Amino acid sequence: MNTLVLIRIALRSIRKNKTRTLLTMLGIIIGVAAVIVMVALGQGAKEQIRSRIDSLGSNLVVITPGASKSGGVSQGAGSMNRLTLLDAETLTRESMWLSSVSPLIVAPAHAVGGSGNWRVGVSGVSAEYATIRNWEVSAGRLFDETEVRAMRKVCVLGKTVVDNLFAEQDPVGQQIILRDVPFEIIGVLEPKGQTAEGRDQDDTILAPYTTVKTRLAGRQFIPMILGATDNKADVPAALTEAKAILRETHGLASYDDDDFTVRDQNELAETAEGATEVMTLLLAAIAGVSLLVGGIGIMNIMLVSVTERTREIGIRMAVGARGGDVLMQFLIEAIVMSLFGGLIGVAAGYGGSALLEKFTGWDTVITPQLVAISLGFSAAVGIFFGFYPARKAAALDPIEALRYE
Amino acid sequence: MADSQAVIRIEELTRTYSEGDTAVHALRHVDLSVNPGEMLAIMGASGSGKSTLMNLLGCLDRPSSGRYRLDGLRVDEMNRRELADIRNTRIGFVFQGFNLLARTSALDNVELPLLYDRRGPKVDRVKLARAALERVGLADRLHHQPSELSGGQQQRVAIARALVMQPALLLADEPTGNLDTRTSLEVMALFQELNQAGMTILLVTHEHDIAECAGRLVELRDGKILRDQPVEARRDAVAELRDLPAGADE
Repeated sequence: MNTLVLIRIALRSIRKNKTRTLLTMLGIIIGVAAVIVMVALGQGAKEQIRSRIDSLGSNLVVITPGASKSGGVSQGAGSMNRLTLLDAETLTRESMWLSSVSPLIVAPAHAVGGSGNWRVGVSGVSAEYATIRNWEVSAGRLFDETEVRAMRKVCVLGKTVVDNLFAEQDPVGQQIILRDVPFEIIGVLEPKGQTAEGRDQDDTILAPYTTVKTRLAGRQFIPMILGATDNKADVPAALTEAKAILRETHGLASYDDDDFTVRDQNELAETAEGATEVMTLLLAAIAGVSLLVGGIGIMNIMLVSVTERTREIGIRMAVGARGGDVLMQFLIEAIVMSLFGGLIGVAAGYGGSALLEKFTGWDTVITPQLVAISLGFSAAVGIFFGFYPARKAAALDPIEALRYE
Repeated sequence: MADSQAVIRIEELTRTYSEGDTAVHALRHVDLSVNPGEMLAIMGASGSGKSTLMNLLGCLDRPSSGRYRLDGLRVDEMNRRELADIRNTRIGFVFQGFNLLARTSALDNVELPLLYDRRGPKVDRVKLARAALERVGLADRLHHQPSELSGGQQQRVAIARALVMQPALLLADEPTGNLDTRTSLEVMALFQELNQAGMTILLVTHEHDIAECAGRLVELRDGKILRDQPVEARRDAVAELRDLPAGADE
């Protein structure tokens, strides 16, 4: 007695009862389709968040002033700002992994130009800042290193600033007054939208950090240094290296704590993805319940089927089927039904996801793993809920089964 | 010892059913032995225990006490699984109600015991099933379902199924009970042919003229053997069938 023969027996029996089989499979079909759609939705959301985080600048390394400690009590991040432009310049010079580095000084300024005025934060950055942030200009150009070194009074406007000051005109080549200092507008940044926290990234003006420092801020310490590596894989190495360079520059002894913090975007990404992961699991669990209900449906039908086919079981036993053979036959029938239902469910899940994407605009992502897990789960449902009826069939007494009317 | 060759040897075989508080003694201490090549008819009124005996002999049921040797094997000591294999390989069973799988072709029905055959090498199941159906004269009905066959044809499919594993013993429980005179005669003729080819056949019947086709007659009453004697004037079903005018019963 081999499994192949048992599968053939099971398939024969399924073919003989098409309507019953279809109705039984319906529960599994709906269950699997629900799981697929729900998880696809969750994965779509995850992917979307990932791409938004990447738009902040992938391969990003962020250095901020560290917390100072006063008598063992942490004073909080930034309580002792020792990050200087010198640090940024040292990193630019010495770091092997960071391909671009930019300090970030933000000076709030009253901007006058075009058709009105506008309060805006002016970001003093290096020429590499745009590269680090994956940011390009939609008009004009960005300033270059020579202009940074020469402390030229040039700037690039964000979309929001342009909308408020130069609604109808081309700002490139015009002047803008920032804190009474005239700057030449050399470019307009392409819109980047809001951050995850809702801050408008386009409400900004970029200018050489040298100019901003001398003309607008004048502070010695800077709130942030940004860097980027060429490859994502280099980020951990860059973190370690930046740490070492900064410790040396700051003259820290081995027992001193860092007086700065070096982070990458992964932490932010992980937090955000963790949240969607929980959502996805929740959705999958709800959908899983319907799969469970489908499994109970299979058990019901199999139980009815065992009663209905008592005579058939008797005949099979009379010609030499062992209890195990009958058990396997019914079990395989249940598994085939739930697997086949699972396959149809996967197809329905693909269709449902496509429809959802079309009508709601939400992203959905169906991975091969998701399909494999769904099918595996439906087979497991078949085994689990098929076992009890199959055992009941196998335990029948041949003579009782034959007498059954 | 002559008995060691017996196909069937039962001693003190007893089967008791408990119905609530009362015990029903269907079979009481029955001794019987059947030699290879015998054709034996078991008769008795309803309730005499003949069907119970048949189920025990066919390993469909197990005795309450007593010993049952089939081909020298202690069948009464076997477990469910071993009994299933005995039914599969050593016994062909023919039922009164045919017991064919509905909506299943004659060929597939006959193939059924072969599907559960665990002995050694692979066999060409379809070929064997086809041969068995040809032997019972149904070569042209291979793909018919039971509902498309007459009662006699269905019983012949059932006989083909009993023969397909080539057992030494054929058991038939009222094989002609649901058949008219002519088809009954056809079935008995088939049995006699098989018997002449060396097969041991036991059949249960309550019709005297059917029993007279056998070579030995055992009569049961109240769970005991009343008479066990050779049939004096054995009918030749094959000859009778030949002499019967065609379509006389149809």
